[in-house]
Amino acid sequence: MAAYRYGYSAVLFILCGLSVFLVTNGQETILTGDDGAAAVDSPQTVTETAEQTAEQPAVEERQWEVTEVEEASPDEAAADKQDASAPETLVPPSVPRPKDDFQEELVIRPLHSGDIYASFQFRTLWETDFMRGNKVSHYRLFPKSLGQVISKFSVRELHISFTQGYWRTMQWGQPFLPAPPGAELWVWFQDSVTDVDGTWKELTNVLSGIFCASLNFIDSTNTVQPSASFKPLGISNVTDHRFLRYATLPREIVCTENLTPWKKLLPCGTKAGLAVLLKSEKLFHSSFHSQAVHIRPVCEDWQCKTTSWELRQTLSVVFDLHTSGQGKREWSLFKMFSRTLTDACPLASSSKVYIDITDNPEGEQFELIPATPLLSQAVVLGDRRTFSVYDLTQQITFGAVRSLNLLIRWKSTEGDMLRPLLHGERYVAGYGLQTGEIHTLMYNNHPYRSFPVLLLDSVPWYLRLYIHTLTVTSKAKDNKPSYIHYQPSKDRVRPHLLEMLVQLPPNSVTEVTVQFERALLKWTEYTPDPNHGFYVGSSVLSSLVPSIVAMDTNSTQERPLFSSFFPCKEESSYFVRVYTEPLLVNLPTPDFSMPYNVICLTCTVVAVGYGSLYNLLTRSFQIEEPSLGLAKRIANIIRKMRGVPPL
Amino acid sequence: MGLLSDPNRRRALISLLTRLNTPICLVCYMAGVAWFMGLAFEPFTLRTYMSENAMGSTMVEERFPAGERALATGREFAAHKKKVGGMPVDWLVKTMQARGLEVFTQSFSRTLPFPDENKERYMVKGTNVYGILRAPRAPRTEALVLSAPCSPGDNNQAVGLLLGLAQYFRNQIYWAKDIIFLVNEHDLIGMQAWLEGYHHTNTTGMDWSPLQGRGGSIQAALSLELSSDVITSLDLVLEGLNGQLPNLDLANLFYAFCQKIGVLCTIQGKLQRNDWDSVSGYSHAVQTMMLMVMKQASGRPWGDHGLFLRYHIEAATIKGINSFRQYKTDATTIGRLLEGMYRKLNNLLERLHQSYFFYLMPSLSHFVSIGYYMPAFGLLTVILLLRALDLWVQLTHIFTGRYLSIYSACIGNSPLLIKYVSSQQSSPGVLSVLTPLVISHLTGVALYTLPIRFQEMAVEHFPVSETEAVVLTAIAVYTAGLALPHNTHRFLSGEGTEQGWRVLKLVAVLYLAVLLGCTALINFSLGFILALTLVPVAAFVTPHIPKVLSAFILVILSPACTLLFSVFFFQELQEMPVSFQDGWLLYLSVISQGILDHFLYGSLVYPLIALLVYPCWLLFWNILFWK
Repeated sequence: MAAYRYGYSAVLFILCGLSVFLVTNGQETILTGDDGAAAVDSPQTVTETAEQTAEQPAVEERQWEVTEVEEASPDEAAADKQDASAPETLVPPSVPRPKDDFQEELVIRPLHSGDIYASFQFRTLWETDFMRGNKVSHYRLFPKSLGQVISKFSVRELHISFTQGYWRTMQWGQPFLPAPPGAELWVWFQDSVTDVDGTWKELTNVLSGIFCASLNFIDSTNTVQPSASFKPLGISNVTDHRFLRYATLPREIVCTENLTPWKKLLPCGTKAGLAVLLKSEKLFHSSFHSQAVHIRPVCEDWQCKTTSWELRQTLSVVFDLHTSGQGKREWSLFKMFSRTLTDACPLASSSKVYIDITDNPEGEQFELIPATPLLSQAVVLGDRRTFSVYDLTQQITFGAVRSLNLLIRWKSTEGDMLRPLLHGERYVAGYGLQTGEIHTLMYNNHPYRSFPVLLLDSVPWYLRLYIHTLTVTSKAKDNKPSYIHYQPSKDRVRPHLLEMLVQLPPNSVTEVTVQFERALLKWTEYTPDPNHGFYVGSSVLSSLVPSIVAMDTNSTQERPLFSSFFPCKEESSYFVRVYTEPLLVNLPTPDFSMPYNVICLTCTVVAVGYGSLYNLLTRSFQIEEPSLGLAKRIANIIRKMRGVPPL
Repeated sequence: MGLLSDPNRRRALISLLTRLNTPICLVCYMAGVAWFMGLAFEPFTLRTYMSENAMGSTMVEERFPAGERALATGREFAAHKKKVGGMPVDWLVKTMQARGLEVFTQSFSRTLPFPDENKERYMVKGTNVYGILRAPRAPRTEALVLSAPCSPGDNNQAVGLLLGLAQYFRNQIYWAKDIIFLVNEHDLIGMQAWLEGYHHTNTTGMDWSPLQGRGGSIQAALSLELSSDVITSLDLVLEGLNGQLPNLDLANLFYAFCQKIGVLCTIQGKLQRNDWDSVSGYSHAVQTMMLMVMKQASGRPWGDHGLFLRYHIEAATIKGINSFRQYKTDATTIGRLLEGMYRKLNNLLERLHQSYFFYLMPSLSHFVSIGYYMPAFGLLTVILLLRALDLWVQLTHIFTGRYLSIYSACIGNSPLLIKYVSSQQSSPGVLSVLTPLVISHLTGVALYTLPIRFQEMAVEHFPVSETEAVVLTAIAVYTAGLALPHNTHRFLSGEGTEQGWRVLKLVAVLYLAVLLGCTALINFSLGFILALTLVPVAAFVTPHIPKVLSAFILVILSPACTLLFSVFFFQELQEMPVSFQDGWLLYLSVISQGILDHFLYGSLVYPLIALLVYPCWLLFWNILFWK
């Protein structure tokens, strides 16, 4: 049994160590001449990845590899691709590097529904050590408030996200950075921390102040310690989940008061660079808004001799075609953000705008104005994507008008999105206020490959899960999870935690159901709006999904035959985290109004009156006869002895 | 309490109650009826008011412009419906997708227990189409529903308007809840399939395919029925399954917007009148209220909204009515009305819960709350309790009287003999109560199960259709139950005693009181109508009254005849009187519909009548033929 479990924990390591951040950052762009013939390669390193485990930092590096392609002939490009890959964090060694570094970028992906997805990423790297006794006092690019948080609370990794809206996987595909609706916070502490719960409590309160959010509502009743779902994303040799805390606040509303402190963490503020686009009136006039801060230690170079701290601030937003007014399928930076770009942040070492043009190689889907000769290719979420790149550090990008207003004009409305391979859904079944059933659906849309999914469910204590009713079915057959970690709840102390590793058969829906009973709260425990319902946070599906690139054995791109027999290992699967919808559950709620008072009063009266009523019903009443005189009593005794009825 | 614990005064009180029992009962009955009739009198009722703050104070501006286009869409829908000969699923999916909704379909099938002759259906197969408007920046936790049934003949304008509203709503940014636009086939059966699929329950054994898209917990729903391009008034239908009603705030919301936009609105198809002090004005209000009582008592959903109520979703049906009035309202105005209502519902922070769930409406602007109408019912049930008290006192008197006489006879003998005699007196009582109770309930079970069970056999042996077979079997079982008293006596040893019928009546009266009390708590109208007929029966029946006359009265006041009268009365109230012949046919179809409602949607009226009320009435019938 132990060996069995160990085998799976190894799988889990690999599964979870891979980061969600394995996204678009890793590109090298090359400016090509008009002839389009010259393909320039810088010396690259091919990283060996086959036997690496998640604990080694290089595992994540391997996904950062890029292939680079220019407008050269396709076969040339394909040939280049084989050795054209490099870890992204490498900076050309000749440049003397400052100890800290700031990069900014914006990725825009036109979606098939006509909506548009814009994702900002700002990265600050700082080669310092917060943990070494001596206080770090001199801050340049790294925000001081966060630096102090890291050193004071001995944080190893911190991930916090604020999201308004739900990412529609079926319409929009996979996001670069998934996040559940509301606020999500997960923190790995250093193994030197002794009182993890106390530190966590303090940390949430401090973060609550920094981000102006209700993170102080995080307490033991909504904090869990996932055993497998959330592994460190940076370099780390600690995977003991005692040092991990995870909490979500599905009810948190995200608005400008959270955006402003987030923007203040940027080195350039909103004065220059990409951040000028972050105007709240437009960002919140959208279908989806998510902002996040991720702090983690990363390697300085591929040999990992020194480590540095990475602060990554991300902001994703999806603009809706229909609510944007004109209904024309046309997007520009000005229309999206009501600003245009005029410069890069002077402190940034790199400042780029990427437009995803994968579906538009010949320009038949949409038109991109102004055109750019810069192209870049990267494997993002298992799919090979092509991007047009605008380098804001180059003056030429802004042209004669000294401002960049990208315009995407759709030409046709056709074209179908590839269905996302993994997709989750959740709902409450049943009616009435006594019991119910939580259904979680996991879709594997892969035509022939099955893959394991790690499901994490954290349910508040006031829904009492009947864990014996837990069923996992796929294709109408029982699907036995290979790993189950269940921590029962304690009333008013901690929530239920359920983690399962489930193998999803190809092209199937796997349904996880569990029944629950709704608890009666104490009357002070109800929220001010109890009839709104109570929230249950999203469940988290983490998985290594077979990639689309590997799926494509009969590639339309011309590649040498010898390169395409075995599916390429480093692209064969990729890490995905999918969040389901949060649930809104009604609990039995007393009517906190005048009738409620009347009922209370009536009950009191009945309780008081009960005694006398009971008395009345059980006793038999008789009229007391006046006591007899002594003479009569004696006479009666005599009569009794004689056998004559008494007087 | 002091009054009761003093034996002298207690005795006096009891003797007063027993002596004046009949007059008090009569007064109570008349007071109950009078109270009920008084409920419709406007000075005694309350004006409706919006209780929910989230809907009350906020201002909403209605801007829906595209009524004409919606009607054109409706015509297009009608053409496609004609071409396909049913629900144009593909066209609807395409149209909804073009409007930017997430579109899903659900197929369902259901074989009815016996053919429904009113709607001519037996094996039902259909598809529901629904599109979800995802609210921007909302996490899919709450939803509102707008539905329009796709019925064979009409309702095309409703579907057109639904699609028009979907298009308009899609372009707005202010939605905080997902909005589900549902076009359901085969009206209630489709709606039942959709709701069961949405909540993943199966209460009635229907086959449906699971839903692919959801919007979280549904907060409110409106069902739309329009069958002409212009309408003169909008009618609000509230009565749902088992007499459940939506929160009164939903009715208030509708009324408020009708007032604001200037649309004529009715309830029970009756316009509101201002001359409450005139006789005709009062009788108008009584008619409106009585219609509501009759509809509620029937326990069936009177519109597609009726099935939502089981899931604690506040819902109502809005019907467009085109009569010969001058004043016409076009589709744009109805669209604006719905837009306003949905925007207000969108503002809700909590479920609708502030206002009343139990009410009667003599007009749209006035209502009678549970606190006002319950006394009418209470006065009727008091009669049962008084009779029970009377019987109890009589029984104790008989017993103590006998006991005393025996006692005086046996004085001087051993006490063992006394015990023997008294046990001799009480033992047949228990048996005489138990046997009729069991037998009448078995008859009830037969009434509940046999009609469906024996339909095939009946069709084989008699020249009737399945539906007729079911209804006629039900009536036959019901009538056969009347022969019971003669049969029960075979099980009893010897003649029924004087004490025996008293014990039986005491049990029956208390049983009826509990039964009616519980019914009235859930469905006041049903409880009240049953009390109106059954309480006199329970009060007057003894074995000593003239047999033929009282048997006739008893039959007249039995549940089946109550239903028959209700059918005629309902037609009368709707100003569509029927001849006896048509009325009888209508009566038969009402019985079959009631049975169908039970099997299709889980209405509880048929089992309640068959398993509880009818056996209870049989007990009284038994008492009449005690000797």
